[in-house]
Amino acid sequence: MTPPAPLVVGPLTRTDLVRYQGASGDFNPIHHDEPFARAAGLPAPLALGMLQAGLMATWATGWLGAAAVRRFRVRFAAKVFPGDTLTCAGEVARRYTRDGEPRVDLELTCTTQAGVVAARAWATFVTQGATA
Amino acid sequence: MVDTGALGAAGTPFEMEIERGKVREFARAVFATDPAYLSDVEPVIPPTFLTTAFFWQHGDSDPWEKVAMDQSRGLHAEQEYVFHGPPPRAGDRLTAQSAVTEIYTKTSRGGGTLTFAVMVTEFRDASGRLVAEARQTGVETS
Repeated sequence: MTPPAPLVVGPLTRTDLVRYQGASGDFNPIHHDEPFARAAGLPAPLALGMLQAGLMATWATGWLGAAAVRRFRVRFAAKVFPGDTLTCAGEVARRYTRDGEPRVDLELTCTTQAGVVAARAWATFVTQGATA
Repeated sequence: MVDTGALGAAGTPFEMEIERGKVREFARAVFATDPAYLSDVEPVIPPTFLTTAFFWQHGDSDPWEKVAMDQSRGLHAEQEYVFHGPPPRAGDRLTAQSAVTEIYTKTSRGGGTLTFAVMVTEFRDASGRLVAEARQTGVETS
């Protein structure tokens, strides 16, 4: 099981954040309202951690199949801002069988152009018998 | 300031319908090009799609409000989705219910207090089968 090339997204724009906010329903102004973000001590609107989570999920399901995912857990680690370029990738941590199904656990990272890990994720996929 | 009295608080059940256009909109927002999301007439949901429960859950169905986390000191620390089989698809009508299942504190490296709160949302299909769970962890710094 060789992982595909990383998913590289960026430089992130404010439009990318707004598009995700509209899609997700999280309208926290800290992610689009410049004066609000600055008043909170940030240099610019803050990217949504759940956008970074979604990008890692996109990379993983593009590899192992959208219908095959059984678990996806993300931990947020560092702030991301417009202008950052994110690289999402991962590797197999474990292969095993559970409930008669072959499964694989992945460990994923979402890293900025500065090499900072913005978020980490752990995912489980079934690797056979998944209906696409 | 987190209200520890929120521990155990449960929301009223709410309905969530999985819609094809919403799946497509969400998939595009997370830079997915997979035809499983964009071309299938009954697309499966992306792994983090259940966050769109934002559009269906409010008021009495949302016990997170009772946690009363300070927005200026609160952060989304962790999020998990578990699927008991293939994830739901467009056309599925789910019934969901959230509860605050954990509130606990840890000491930060700087010696401050970190207060964590966890809300679990269970998603069931029309037959009542548990198909997915979402687990949200928030943290408030002191």
